[in-house]
Amino acid sequence: MAFETFAEFLDMGGHGLYVWLCYALGLVIISANLVLPIQQSKKVQRDLRRRLRREGESA
Amino acid sequence: MATKWLPRWFFQLASPRWCYQFTGKLLPWFALVSITLVIVGTVWGLAFAPADYQQGNSFRIIYLHVPAAILAQSFYMLMAIAGAVGLIWKMKVADMVAKSVAPIGASIAVLALLTGAIWGKPTWGSWWVWDARLTSMLVLLFLYLGVIALNSAIESESKAAQATAVLSLVGLVNIPIIKYSVEWWNTLHQPATFKLTEKPAMPAEMWMPLLVMVIGFYTLFGTALMLRLRNEILQRERRASWVRELLGVKA
Repeated sequence: MAFETFAEFLDMGGHGLYVWLCYALGLVIISANLVLPIQQSKKVQRDLRRRLRREGESA
Repeated sequence: MATKWLPRWFFQLASPRWCYQFTGKLLPWFALVSITLVIVGTVWGLAFAPADYQQGNSFRIIYLHVPAAILAQSFYMLMAIAGAVGLIWKMKVADMVAKSVAPIGASIAVLALLTGAIWGKPTWGSWWVWDARLTSMLVLLFLYLGVIALNSAIESESKAAQATAVLSLVGLVNIPIIKYSVEWWNTLHQPATFKLTEKPAMPAEMWMPLLVMVIGFYTLFGTALMLRLRNEILQRERRASWVRELLGVKA
């Protein structure tokens, strides 16, 4: 461990704000890249199913 | 065009159906490995790697900034190569890859720029300087945004793919500029940590977590790419009978 206490870990030698802000941004961007396409996938499958059924009925 | 020298899997990849099934098999493994690597790399870099003797603990931003910067460039090259393959061999899957990479690459470029700015403040005393490295990375983001805008502005899918492929190939000239910007021009930015021909200048306790993060980022954003690509395949192949079967709709 590079830090003696948890408070020191959070403080990052006075640069805590910079370091944690970066990692928070990283978490947001990574999560968005995984969550958005998964939500999109559900929507795509639902819409396609509806559309293909409708086309099947009218044909 | 003579294509005999190309391996068989290259043509299998060209089949949207095969590609959908193949990425479906790869996805859970990629997701598992990537999330493990990123968590291990983050904890290692934040809590266990030694502090830098000059920058102290703010240097720990490197474990996010460098992988993001590498990925933003790699994904740009992937986008241009996929675009070129789509142009040359009229391969639909390649066009879909190029389209799916763009928003992911743009978001990683944003991450690289923002973490760079936040790291710059305590290290250089400034959020932003107009030097060659930072400016060429900003140009990379604008290229991504241009590709996305161009793709959505053209209604025909094949024409949109052609136009964006040409734009991304032209923008490829920016990649060596980013790479060599720290050598060609005076800059505050430090040179590359990893070089193919030399050992890293930092001790192993510092670069090992960085390497874990770089591999973690490749697999993680590879996962994100597969997720997007699969949505794109389903939408564009909706008229194919295998999509009907997959969705359980009777013809």
